[in-house]
Amino acid sequence: MSREDRLGWGLVAPALLWTAAFFVLPFLAMLALSFAHMEGREVVHGFSFGNYVKAFGDWSQLKALVNSIEITLTVTVLSVLLAWPLAATIAWSVPPRWQRAALLAAILPFWTSYVVRSYSWALVLGKTGVLNRGFGLIGLGPYEMASTRFATVIGFTHFFVMLLTLTIYANLVQLSPNYLRAAQDLGASRLRAFVHVILPLTLPGIVTGAFVTFTLCIGDYITPQILGGNNELTLPQLIMLQMGRGGNFPMASALSVILMAVVTLAYAACARWLRLDRL
Amino acid sequence: MKRLSFLYLALAYAFIFLPVAVLVVFSFQDGRLPVPPFQGVTLKWYEKVLSDEGLMTALGHSALVAFGSSGVALALGFLAAHGLARVALPGSLLMRGLLIAPMTVSYLIIGLGLLTVFNQAGIKPSLVATGIGHVVINLPLCFAICFAAMGDHQKSAERAARDLGASEVQVLWHISAPMLAPALAAAFFLSVTFSWDEFIIAFLLTRFEVTLPVEIWSMLRSGLSPATNAIGSLVFLVSALVVIVLETLMRRKA
Amino acid sequence: MTASVTIDRVTQTYGGAMALHDVSLQIAAGEFVVLLGPSGCGKTTLLNLIGGFAAPASGRILIGDRDMAGVAPAQRPTTTVFQDYALFPHMSLADNVGFGLRMRGVSRGERRAKAAQMLALVGLPGREDRRPHELSGGQRQRVALARALAVSPDVLLLDEPLGALDLKLRRQMQDELKAIQRQVGTTFVHVTHDQEEAMALADRIVVMSEGRIADQGPPREVYLRPRSLFSAAFMGEINQVPVVQGQSAIGPYPGTGMLLIRPEAINVTGGLPLGEAVVTDAAFFGTHVRAHARLGDLTLTLHLPQGSDPQPGQVLALYASAHAFLETE
Repeated sequence: MSREDRLGWGLVAPALLWTAAFFVLPFLAMLALSFAHMEGREVVHGFSFGNYVKAFGDWSQLKALVNSIEITLTVTVLSVLLAWPLAATIAWSVPPRWQRAALLAAILPFWTSYVVRSYSWALVLGKTGVLNRGFGLIGLGPYEMASTRFATVIGFTHFFVMLLTLTIYANLVQLSPNYLRAAQDLGASRLRAFVHVILPLTLPGIVTGAFVTFTLCIGDYITPQILGGNNELTLPQLIMLQMGRGGNFPMASALSVILMAVVTLAYAACARWLRLDRL
Repeated sequence: MKRLSFLYLALAYAFIFLPVAVLVVFSFQDGRLPVPPFQGVTLKWYEKVLSDEGLMTALGHSALVAFGSSGVALALGFLAAHGLARVALPGSLLMRGLLIAPMTVSYLIIGLGLLTVFNQAGIKPSLVATGIGHVVINLPLCFAICFAAMGDHQKSAERAARDLGASEVQVLWHISAPMLAPALAAAFFLSVTFSWDEFIIAFLLTRFEVTLPVEIWSMLRSGLSPATNAIGSLVFLVSALVVIVLETLMRRKA
Repeated sequence: MTASVTIDRVTQTYGGAMALHDVSLQIAAGEFVVLLGPSGCGKTTLLNLIGGFAAPASGRILIGDRDMAGVAPAQRPTTTVFQDYALFPHMSLADNVGFGLRMRGVSRGERRAKAAQMLALVGLPGREDRRPHELSGGQRQRVALARALAVSPDVLLLDEPLGALDLKLRRQMQDELKAIQRQVGTTFVHVTHDQEEAMALADRIVVMSEGRIADQGPPREVYLRPRSLFSAAFMGEINQVPVVQGQSAIGPYPGTGMLLIRPEAINVTGGLPLGEAVVTDAAFFGTHVRAHARLGDLTLTLHLPQGSDPQPGQVLALYASAHAFLETE
């Protein structure tokens, strides 16, 4: 090994060791634990698929996974659909000198504490909240919006619209306006220019943003806990419940492994467009 | 077309700012519940929050964990990026992948994994344990930002410094770090933001000394109160102010 | 300070491909040597080996009497002026130039004084507090030179330092570089692919091709009496007339090989008669008139004096005033 190589290893080693010790090892430990089972309040190590069989076989458990995937897909699609026009408006219609300010304004609520953000939506959507008061003034409602899936989706979408606006905007401003001009010059209508030129060019940015949305959304505990309540559980809520109530770490681990598998599948589905290193 | 897009802009901003506006407005509520009707302006909830020892201690803990873990994450990420950019090591693509990997894993899973290992190793939940978890989530970010910022320009300046007699430590300190200063600052700032705001790892890995998000969480469980609005508004207004000041400074410089 | 450089049977490979084949070269202390050749000929590889940025696969490199095997760039008595200058963008010019001294533990005041002196040497007096981004390309080049010279290296290595400059500036910098080298007396090893630059600067030109030394000597000698076809062609346009067993297109010539005649050595008078040739075209180039003429199967390129005015179809009796002959065995 040359002096150069030793030096390179020396520089990389601390980060690698940290990642190995506090990321890879914990994951392996969790994986091992997911094959254990509980006897009373004691964890019994072993190798059984019992937890996985239960996770997929028991509807009360499987329902959480289904809920999570449904909510996450809804949120991801909704966020992209709402964020794209916002990013495009800022990039194309707002005068250049105001663009940074407009973008900053669009993501400023990022800096509300994350727990507080969900709480704020609870205030807005609650039975006596601002929205229902507003509806009351025009003789509607009150509607039951808090502690529903609707509230969870709104809370998530609010956060991810901001995130996606940022990534899509970054993507759009890199595009030369000449692409659109060239397409139209060659006879494409606005719609066709959009479908054939702009959309493919911004796809990597959209997919990357959507993947991050998917990952963060499906693994989040706070938003469904505060806004969705306990009427229907998401996977992270179920994981916390397994751990908290019964101290059933093996089951929690198995559910976590399933959660990670879902994210991995999502990753595989959009890997060809992903640019994680350019986030 | 133009009018339509500005209408959309207005609606989008309304959606984005609605919860924040409600949060801030009802933090001044002169009443017991942060919901309409608005009963007049008072600062008593701010007073209550600022004199709440538990909250203020948690605030200190959060700052400690955020700055400490970000410092460690930045140092590790910077050194690793420097090493991987400089030397063509076998398996360097694999190493990059491994370092980036935690980015794609839910915080809940990272927290749960660490809790499992710490339990088995007999390590008690603490601020240090939380800090370790926060380094795990911020290291990929710091590494990726530093790695992306290291161009050919950087490499040739480092080579020139070595040629002029600089040791490897001197190269890092006098050349690499100052040249990467903007990227390092951005990575540090983002790390602090993420760590400051992180809930689930802190929730799982702390017990007696908690961070601010965990403390706010326990406030929430005792029901709606304008005090929660006050602490939330305070955190938001201070962070927003910092962001706006940084942005203006950066604009002036550019 | 100055020192000799000895390259002793050095071979270098890059991922299986030969970059240098058994190269030996002796450079005297204080000499200005230019390594000349097309890209990929091994000249930059050789420079990197002297600077210590790579280690040779086999062979030795000595600076003065010291074997450089295992000595890192920082510890070598060499410094380099890089092609992209590699100035430190976050430092003032004084800090850039004083960087090497700082690494050697020289005090701040002394560094500053030396930096001022070096900047004056390269024609940038009083610019100590400027930053690299405020300078033009030519000025950056000068700073890079001052920075490399500030630590008084025994050998200065220059890696196509003028490559990024426009032609006019390049010619001007060549004159200054030569003057500075005379003043400091350091051994300069300079890499370029521009043969005019090589002739303007070098005490000795080393022409390289495919990892070997194709020719070497003072500019005049390499130009007028090339020792290989490659260096003959690389140094400038040249007419090649094959000679087989005493016979050639220009008539009898003793031996077998290649007769080499520069276009400007051909005229209507001279020592070696070439025969009667038919002008095919001609164009006025300012310093000379460039023409082509057919001589049997051969097309000759001529640089005739400014005042001449050859017409297509005109028949000229041509002579060569100078020529070289490369014998093949």
